[in-house]
Order: sequence, then structure tokens, then C-alpha cells
Amino acid sequence: MDIEPAFFETNPKAGSVGQPLDRVDGRAKVTGQAKYSAEFNNLPGLVHAVLKTSDVAKGRIQSIDTSAAQKEPGVLAILTHQNVPKLAKTPNDPEGKKAIGAPMGFLPLTSDQVHYAGQPVAIIVADTLERAQHAAALVRVQIAAEKPLASYVDPRAELFDPQKVQDGKTDGHTVRGNPKAAFAAAPVQLTHTYTHAINHHNPMEPGATTAHWEAPDRLTVYESTQGVTRTQKALSTMLGLAAEQVRVVTKYLGGGFGCKGSTWPHTVLTVQAARAVGRPVKLSLTRPQMFTSMGHREDQTQTLKVGATKEGKLLALIHEKTSTTSPWDNYAEPNSRIINLLYKCPAFESTYQLARADVMTSTFTRAPGEAPGSFAIECSMDDLAYQVGLDPLQIRLLNYADKDYSTNKPWSSKSLKQCYARGAELFGWSKRNPKAGETRDGRLLVGMGMATASYPVHNNQGTARVRLYADGHALVQTGATDLGTGTYTVMTQVAADALWLAPDKVRFELGDTKLPTAPNSGGSVAAGTVSSSIYMAAQDVWQKLIKLATQDKKSPLYRAKVADVMVENGRMVLKANKAKGEDYATLMKRNETADIEGTGNGKYGAGYESGLAAGPADSGHQDDMAGHSMHSFGAHFCEVKVDPELGTVRVTRWVSVHAAGRILNAKTARSQIIGGSIFGIGSALMERTVRDDQFARYTNASLADYHIPVNADIPDMTVEFIEEHDPYINAMGVKGIGEISMVGVAAAVANAVYHATGKRIRSLPITPDKVLQAKAMQV
Amino acid sequence: MNNFAYQQASKAKDATAIVRDDKQAAYIAGGTTLLDLMKANLEQHSQLVDINLLPFKGIEKTNDGLRIGAMERMSDVGENPIVQQQFPAISESLLLAASPQLRNMASMGGNILQRTRCGYFRDPAFPCNKRVPGSGCPALQGDNHNLAILGVSDACIANSYPGDLSVALAAFDAVLTLENAKGKQRRVPITEFYLLPGNTPQKETVLEPGELIVSITVPAAAYTQRSTYLKVRERSSYAYALASAAVGLDVQGGSIRAARVALGGVGAQPWRSREAEQVLTGAPATEATFRAAAAAALRGAQPREHNRFKVELAQNTLVQALQKVAG
Repeated sequence: MDIEPAFFETNPKAGSVGQPLDRVDGRAKVTGQAKYSAEFNNLPGLVHAVLKTSDVAKGRIQSIDTSAAQKEPGVLAILTHQNVPKLAKTPNDPEGKKAIGAPMGFLPLTSDQVHYAGQPVAIIVADTLERAQHAAALVRVQIAAEKPLASYVDPRAELFDPQKVQDGKTDGHTVRGNPKAAFAAAPVQLTHTYTHAINHHNPMEPGATTAHWEAPDRLTVYESTQGVTRTQKALSTMLGLAAEQVRVVTKYLGGGFGCKGSTWPHTVLTVQAARAVGRPVKLSLTRPQMFTSMGHREDQTQTLKVGATKEGKLLALIHEKTSTTSPWDNYAEPNSRIINLLYKCPAFESTYQLARADVMTSTFTRAPGEAPGSFAIECSMDDLAYQVGLDPLQIRLLNYADKDYSTNKPWSSKSLKQCYARGAELFGWSKRNPKAGETRDGRLLVGMGMATASYPVHNNQGTARVRLYADGHALVQTGATDLGTGTYTVMTQVAADALWLAPDKVRFELGDTKLPTAPNSGGSVAAGTVSSSIYMAAQDVWQKLIKLATQDKKSPLYRAKVADVMVENGRMVLKANKAKGEDYATLMKRNETADIEGTGNGKYGAGYESGLAAGPADSGHQDDMAGHSMHSFGAHFCEVKVDPELGTVRVTRWVSVHAAGRILNAKTARSQIIGGSIFGIGSALMERTVRDDQFARYTNASLADYHIPVNADIPDMTVEFIEEHDPYINAMGVKGIGEISMVGVAAAVANAVYHATGKRIRSLPITPDKVLQAKAMQV
Repeated sequence: MNNFAYQQASKAKDATAIVRDDKQAAYIAGGTTLLDLMKANLEQHSQLVDINLLPFKGIEKTNDGLRIGAMERMSDVGENPIVQQQFPAISESLLLAASPQLRNMASMGGNILQRTRCGYFRDPAFPCNKRVPGSGCPALQGDNHNLAILGVSDACIANSYPGDLSVALAAFDAVLTLENAKGKQRRVPITEFYLLPGNTPQKETVLEPGELIVSITVPAAAYTQRSTYLKVRERSSYAYALASAAVGLDVQGGSIRAARVALGGVGAQPWRSREAEQVLTGAPATEATFRAAAAAALRGAQPREHNRFKVELAQNTLVQALQKVAG
């Protein structure tokens, strides 16, 4: 592409963007200065809340005896469904749920109904945490328990077609072409079933809320959330307050991974408890409570039928997913989305089936949909490669999607072929023995597998405010959140370049509803949307300065046309004669202007090539959005060593190459890809939450028993990015890398296990028991 | 977590008297097991008696082997040169356990008394015969993928001791010295220290009220020096064993003169396998012998739906461990 991005025009090579700048918040974090949401301990009269939760998964509360707990010293309040004040709206009806934007259509403490194990049945407030914990243990809850249903696997489960999944966002039934006939006629037919264990997000920082009613109608909440604006909307709606009466603050997050993308019951209950006791109240979920309070990835089965020519060209893909949902929601990850678009295939069909069980609702979890969906399609592509005698990389090139066949739109940009080529080179893919089960290292079996990654750029927009001071520093603000991945750092870099400042002259603030609205940090949208809004806000500042200069009789630019002036090295100069101009400090000081403010709107689909980004905020950015399919792409290459006697699988080499538009910081981006890939390795090899069939309650709700990888499980990882200029995505050309790093990882590992052993394991995680079982089976 | 009193004992007699007389009292050393149990409301104690000042220390060679004070920390014992050189299986069992932070805190006596990781025991919301006798055992039909297959009963299939150290101690005939409130000491082989669940899974050891573990002695032999501990788990560190094997061989001229075998992760208690030792003793140190020994060790296995794989896994683990020490 010969069109240079607007960003590079205003700031050539000296820029900070893309450089491996150290985290600007690093010092604050390692010295304990960074305040997380459970650390606002200086609030006047702060007291502590703990949740009492249900032991059983289904039933009705018959009585709650709080008498012993009430007598304990320091106990301030015990709220149950019998005495909790009524809310203006609850998510318990569809209209309320929609207005609140709640993840789950059920709020505890609104009736005697128990719908899931771990459901809060009381919230206890005391002057110290220990007293609250002790009192909670003394609360006696009698529940008339009924036999619960734990999963879609239970023969009693009634499956239904939800029509829409993911809270109505995604169609539950998609058909393209004539898939059934195409599959029936296909010379090569594969039908395989994949299962995925329940996974939990398990961020280091648990869900936490500190609620402070500063006045009867004014609430401030320090909340561990990926979106302050969404939380503000949910809380104000439930409380019957105007949005501006509720301030939500999230300065730092210790990870979220989707579980902090919504407002969950514990937050609402803490706010109600604070109102009841008339003091600020803090609640921090315990680790076991984290397994039942903020959603999870649902247990699921996918069946994928692949029809292909003898040469390996896809003819039909038919995908069915069956999964567990809660008694009140129709949540299912949209697995089919990636299967529909990853390859060139003329016929596609997807259906979803759900079963209601007595469990907490599932929610977005680390690349929701794309992660398990890619497991199915990328293992099946591997099968197809072996079946038709092609290299796994060749089968993918043979079926390369030159456009998005699911929408019939061109890609805004796609550098997947470069990712494949570079990844294969870094990994040494060409040295791989094409035959499975024939590479050894002593008694260990060695396997090499690969898989494709893809993640959409989701439609979103956000705003930012930039204040440039005549003395050469700037304040940049937006209500975004930093999950810990580096938002503070990369946005400082973007603002520095856009304002021609050194990064240490930029103060960047986020995580407060008092700041301009930004989207939830989720679905990989933050980097692109927030950076573009900051860039646009900086352009607004420059436009104001140029206007000021052209109207200032003492300026060398007096009476110049605004369109004839450009900014270079912090100076406003005539395009035709760059010697003529002045720097902003001179201009501002002469005009006795201490500072100047600009605002900007960063939008999906308002890219720089069309000039839409530079135009008015509401100019037809629809064009770019409607005209292109926007996705990141990448490729993973994995080596495993399998002990065939012990069933253990260890990842010994890893290469990931991604193309995701502009990369804002080489260091934080690499770290983020490494982290996401480790998530994927975790879900591939060890992560699973076990829900007891009879009790519908988890049996391993701790970080000792729910295994996530340790350092020793992870080899040195090679991560690279393909440079990619996407002119349509947004003003900064940033696609976002929050989730793509995990997509395809489980398949790459499973494909490597197949290559090592000659056995295909289609059930995640691939634990030693499954490896031993597969060894015993023929095929 | 309930309120409790805390006091530090400077003499063994003070400590044992308190715990003998107050059934709700407990000793605390490193606290790495006890505090977890208390926080989860699995144990409620009226008072904790801190025994960290008691003089049950030392890692020393004796006339016939090794003596380790019960208050020594896992990390200190695991990294001790005598233990590493003459009892490698014991050193490995310690260093493959838990995490460095936990090993720095946890005492040897506390390690021996750690409790099962069975998910039904660990969550008071579930019935559990070990926790509430007679309430039932959901693990029989439920999530039993990492529970025991040897020595189990219809009341309980937990691996009552889920750790590593006692597996190595069981293999090498370690003896515990216990001291009661009268200051009287008795010696109990670790293979007789743990109790099988039978109908009383709540009774896990032969410790009497107030009795303390004072020290561990392990006799030295050719097979303790030629020993190893092999641990198989779902991740490379900080995980309990799916199966493990502590083995020692005395091989001369290709023939096994003496052998010691214990299995972890598969038994209701650390599982000494004299059946395997019988097969090994006097036989050639070959894979065929090792396979036969492994088969003998697992002959009485009673697997259930999700832990059936352990029958094969434990055998393969044992074979690999034997191959490693046979050289």
C-alpha cells in the first residue's frame, strides 16, 4: 500500500509509538503505590462486607437465622432477601435486564429462590473483615433443596434452540450455500466431535467493590471492572439514579479476561450494604467465590462436519454446538463465527443447542467463541491435511480465504500468508517429519503442530480529551481501563507522538466516569479505539492552535489558510514553506493562553486512508465499516514432547507470528501475546473446572486444584509481528491484540500431540489420563 | 474463620498438655496446611499452640542412618547434602513438592500430617465421611479422577495423605518418634502410622490426643543411596501427584539383592508395596522384572470411573522409576 498513514505524516521516525517503552505504571505497581479497587482504605469509616453463599444449587430458602451473628461485636448489618431494600430495577425481567445491560437475568437476594451453588444469600457487614467473616459463618441458612441439573450432559437435560446466542448478539443459526447437499456429495467427509471443559478466568485480582455513598443521591464506587461506563449505567439504572449521580473509578486492574466485563451481583449487593450502614463498604471476593460469582467458559461439545475434494479443497462445513446455560440466560460463546470465515468454503451451516442447568451463567472468557471454535476447525483442518496427504500448512494455503466468505466482503487488510511464512521459518517447520508418531527424543515422542489465529476488530468508539500546556506538557484523559496489559503505557506513547512531546511530558489518566467515555476494555477494542480517540483529540488541539495562529497578527502564519498549515516537530508551518511558522509555546505565550484543550472521537471503521478519521466526528464512517471485513490474523507453531508411558505433554518450543495492524509498543505487545498463548496452553493441557454431576457444585475451586501453567510448563516463546498498515480500521490503524494470541493455541498443541503420537485427542484439556486412554485405542 | 487463642510453647510438655486437655486445640508449626483448613472452615480450633520454638531440630547422620527433627523445614531437609547424597529419594520427594515458598515454611512433622485434597473433603458444602462421619461419599460416583485406588473403602476413596515425603519415608522404613503429654516417647514405623479408611475414614493416624511428632529416623542401606522419587502430575510444578513412586534398589551383577517400593497418589495412604519388592528381590534388573513388580503392586487396585487410568499410570511410573535407579 503506497498511502502512508496520517499518523506518520504528522510524526515521522522519531516517534515513541511502536518503541518498547517501559511501563509508565511499572514503578507504581512494584512499589505498591498503584491503588487497586480494594485498596481505597482511607475512606472515612470504611467497613467490610462478606458474602454468605448457598451450599446447594437449587431450592428455596426456608429461613435465615441471623440471631447469633447479630450478637457478634462489630456486626453492622446482615442483609438477606427478607430485608434488603428494593431496587428501582432488577435484571430479573427482560426489560430490566436490557436497561441494566446485565450479564445475567437474575439478581440474588430478590426472592427465596436458589438457582446455583455459591449464590449469595446474605451480605454481612462488620467493622473488620475478620468479624464479618466470623459473623457470616454464624448465619444459619435453611434451604429446601431440590435435585439440581449440572450440565447438558445429564440425560435429564432438555436441549433447545436459543435462536440467538451471546445475549442475543449472535444468530444461533447461520446457513450459507447448500451445506447439507455439499457435504453429502463431498469425496472426503470428516465428522468429529470436540469437547471443552469449563474454564474460569482466574485473574490475580479478585472481583472487588468499594462503595461510598457521599450523599443520599451521590455514589462513588471503586470497582474492579473492565468498563467504568458500563458499570455506571448498570448501577444507576438499578438504583434509579441518573448516570451522573454514580461515579465509577477503576485505576488499576489485576487482570480481567472477560469476567470483569459486566456488572455482577456482588457489586450491587455491596452498594446496597453501604447504603444500609451509611458508611463506605468494601467487599473482595474470595478465591472460591471467584468460581461462582463472575461467570466462566461453559462446558461444551462441538461437532464439525468437513466436506472436501480429494485434493483437500473445502466444500462444506457444518457446525453444531451444545452447551450448558443458566436457568435464565441464553449464553453461548459464538464458536461458529471463526469457522465461517477462516477459510474459503462455499457452504456453511451452524446451529446452537442449549440446556438449562442450575448453574451460574457463563460469560465472555478469553477470546469467547474464537478460542473453542478455532480448536474445532483447526484440528479438523489438520485431520484433512493428513487425510489428503498434504502438509498442515499447505492445506491452509490451499483453502486461503482471499476475502471474508461469511460476509462476502474484502478484508480491510490480511497478512496471514506472511505470518505463515515467517512462523514456519522461525520454527523450522520444513524440517518436520510429515509422518505422525515417528519423531523421538529418547523415550519421548516429539510432535510439531501449527494452527491459524484470527480475531475480529469489534465495532466500537470512544472519546478522549487532550490538554496541551504552553510549558510543554500535556494531560490526556479518557475513561478507559487498563487490565494490566499496558494501556497506560501505549496511550502515553500515542499522545506523546501526536503532540510532539517526550512520553515523560505526558500525564495520562484513565479509569473514571468523570473522564470522557471510552468503551469496555474487552473484545480487544481498547487499544484501537482509545488510541484513535487520543490521536483525534490531539488533532483537535492542533486545529485550534492553527486557527489561533492564522488569526494572530503577530504570528508568521497570520492570514494563512488553515488548510495550508501543517504541524511538524511541534511547529505549525506552511506546507509550501516549512521555514515559515512558529512553535505552539511561542504562540500560546504571546496570546496568554496557558493551555488549550481538544477532544476527539475514535471510531471503528473511520480509517485514515479515506480521510474519514480526520473529518467531522459523525461523518460517514459507515462506509469503511460496511465495505470491509476487519480481522487480525496470526499463526502458531508448537513443539511438544509426550511421554507415552506417563501421558504427560510438555510444550518445548513455541512460535507465534501475528499481524494486527499497528503495534503500539513492541515490549508490551510481546508480553501480551506471550500471556495469551500461555492461557491457550493452559486450556489445552490443564485448565478445567469440575462440576459435580449430582450437586452441580465445583470440586476444585482453588488455584491449587484448578491448574494454570507454571513457569516450568512454558518454554522460551518466540513472538513476532508482521508490519501491517490497515487504512480502514480506525485513525491509528490498530486492530488490537487482546485475544488473538489465544485463538488457535489449543489446536496447535493438539495437532502437535497428534503428530507426536498418531492419536487425536479432541477433548480439552489434554491431561495424562486422556493421552493414556488414546494410546490404548486403535486409530 | 473463628476466633482462637494463640500461644507459643517453649517446652514440649507445655504444648502436649494443652492439646491433650483441649480437644479443640491444635499445634501450629509452618501453618501451611492448618491455616488453609481453618480458613475454609474445615477445622475450627479454640487455640493454636505454636511449637516453632521446640527443640525438635537437626538433620544428622546416626550409626545406622539418618535422623531428622520434626521441626526442620522441607527446604532445609531437601537441600541437605547428607540427604541428597545418601537418601536421594527423600530429597527429591521434598523438592518436587509444593512451591519454594511453602517448602520454606512447612515443617517435616506438618508435612506428614497434611490432609487430603479430595474436593469433597475440602468444601464443607459437600457430604464427606471423613469430615462428617456417616454423611456419605460423593466421590464414589463423582469427581474421583485424582483419588485413590489402593486401600480404599466404600466409605472413602481419598488419598488421605496427598503429598510426597511420606511416600519416600514409607519406602525406606522410616520410623517416627512420638512424644505424649507425659513426656513419654514411642516409636512408630511410618507404614503403621497412617490408618486405612475402612468404616472410620475420620481416623487418619495413630496419634493420640496431644501426641507430637518429634523426629524421623531412616535406616541407611545400599538401596537408600540408589533411590529416586518420580512424580507425575498435570503441570510441571506446584501440583499433587497423579501417581508417584519412591524406589530404591541394591543391584549387584545385574541381580536385585534388595528393593524398596512405595507409591503415592494412588493409595488411601502412602502405599508401601511389599508385593512389588518380593517380585524384584533376587530377580534380574530387567524391564520384564520391573513390569512384573508393577503389576504386583497394582493387583489389588479398585479403580472407579475417573481414576481408572491410574492403574496403568502407576505401573508405568513405577517401571520408569526402577529403570532410572537400575541405570
